[in-house]
Amino acid sequence: MVVGTVESGRADALFRALADPTRRDILSVVLRDAHSVSDLARRYPISFAAVHKHVGALERAGLVTKTRRGREQRVRGDLATLRSAHRLLDDLEALWRGRVDRIEQVLAHPTEGAPE
Amino acid sequence: MTVTSVVRDAEAKTMTITARFDAPIGRVWQIWSDPRQLERWWGPPGYPATVTEHDLAPGGTVNYSMTGPDGDRHGGWWRVRAVDPPQTLEFEDGFAAADGTPSPHTPTAVIRVALSEPAGGGTHMTITTTWASDEAMKQMLAAGTDTGMTAAVGQIDELLGLPARA
Repeated sequence: MVVGTVESGRADALFRALADPTRRDILSVVLRDAHSVSDLARRYPISFAAVHKHVGALERAGLVTKTRRGREQRVRGDLATLRSAHRLLDDLEALWRGRVDRIEQVLAHPTEGAPE
Repeated sequence: MTVTSVVRDAEAKTMTITARFDAPIGRVWQIWSDPRQLERWWGPPGYPATVTEHDLAPGGTVNYSMTGPDGDRHGGWWRVRAVDPPQTLEFEDGFAAADGTPSPHTPTAVIRVALSEPAGGGTHMTITTTWASDEAMKQMLAAGTDTGMTAAVGQIDELLGLPARA
């Protein structure tokens, strides 16, 4: 996929994390306010382990961060990362504008070697 | 400007980019049909592409990899759906792991290329990118349009007391 070529690994984790409705719900909760995993687990009819796993996926995507407070870890959402998902579309447009510029150069110099 | 328009349509989940080149249609077709020319423009700056397979026939595959400035490798693939030289090319475009294996969880898009000869010479190229209706992609597209952010993100902004985004 062309979107976010430069950050394809990051995009992969981001889309994977956002593709699940429970994870999106958890994200919306912790964007409002930090919660412990136990707090979160009480909100959903799924096991603590399952919630923990969802939080892990969100964390790998950079969508949430964990901070330790006493004995428990608090999970907080990262709005900047969520917004970066929206910026991928802008990136796609910029990518194609760049491609069109490079196509012009290839058309002008059909037999040159690859740039850079 | 060579790019003449960019249209985003969240409903249809498409982005359409139109460009005009001062070259004959057969010449513009070559930038797609010749892998050595394709390599020179597909990758972003600093990420030169190497096309390892290039079969522009229905059902055919194009595989490429790009190497970044830190030696990081990014793979990608096309599955050709339709081809009619020198006018149209349609393919599914996806991410791959560094070894070329398609990444199962990333969204794919269908890219349709249409070349035409406008009055007055040169070539028009229209690139239409249509995403699969996967939920994450829908969110992203709705958020990226001028009509506003998704309800979810709008609510989050409100909750955080942030100003509404245009």
